[in-house]
Amino acid sequence: MSEPISALNHASYDGIANVRECGLQGMITLRGDLSDKSLAKAVKDATGQNVPGQREALVSGDTGVCWMSPDELLVLVPYAEVETKLAAMVKALGKTHTLAVNVSDARAVFTISGASAREVLGKVAPVDLSSEAFQPGQIRRSRLAQVAGAFWMDDAETFRVVCFRSAADYVFKLLKVAAQPGSEVGVY
Amino acid sequence: MLILNCPYCGVDAEETELAAGGEAHLKRFGPGSSDDEFHDYLFMRENPKGVHFERWRHANGCGKWFHAARCTNTLEVFGTYTAQTSEPPQDIKDAIAAKRPGWTWREFS
Ligand SMILES: [Zn+2]
Repeated sequence: MSEPISALNHASYDGIANVRECGLQGMITLRGDLSDKSLAKAVKDATGQNVPGQREALVSGDTGVCWMSPDELLVLVPYAEVETKLAAMVKALGKTHTLAVNVSDARAVFTISGASAREVLGKVAPVDLSSEAFQPGQIRRSRLAQVAGAFWMDDAETFRVVCFRSAADYVFKLLKVAAQPGSEVGVY
Repeated sequence: MLILNCPYCGVDAEETELAAGGEAHLKRFGPGSSDDEFHDYLFMRENPKGVHFERWRHANGCGKWFHAARCTNTLEVFGTYTAQTSEPPQDIKDAIAAKRPGWTWREFS
């Protein structure tokens, strides 16, 4: 079997913040009734986390779960475990009306880190990224200039950004421009 | 700049996160309807200067469709509400009445 490689194979850029493609990340899209008990159990078994509330991201490193919409979750697991976790999840869900799909290879993940991380992301997404409005523990789906994207924070100075793999090159170049040396705006 | 609160994810979404879906609360006339009814359903739309009801989709966001009541004249937003309804809820009608006494729109007032 061929070796899986992420969209930009850990490409990195240092400007007013560091922009880095994170490599492979296991991702399962889970749709269904979020108040369902067997769904909650499947999420708990896969990630150790409870079902997140509206716009919550319960993530530690490469494992966790994010709220995507009133009937959709994004389940994060280590890339190597995604097939096993998905199989266990499908089994746990049984006949419950749900959909769980491995979307790992359809996505790319970046981190933006450093004191100016909020500045960099704030240039490309129409979102209030002040520390009062956006904090670790929240997820926001929005757009990154012209493409769809979602992001949450690992810590006070690090964003984790997800986009479609087909847009990975665009997003990396976009974030590079937004992180150019000397381009601080001074808003956040 | 139009900012609508998405009732599904609670985000105050700026216009570029949204996709406009045209007039709200259209009554569908399909097979078995008269030619006039079908014609009106397909082509006849309100075009008010003032209170208007629209469908919007949080396209660059949670992906859900919702309804918005707003003023086409001032861009004032009276409120947004769920897509799972065939008429504006009472609190939305009340919010409009407070700002635009005597408003009417199609069969609603
Ligand atoms: Zn939304």
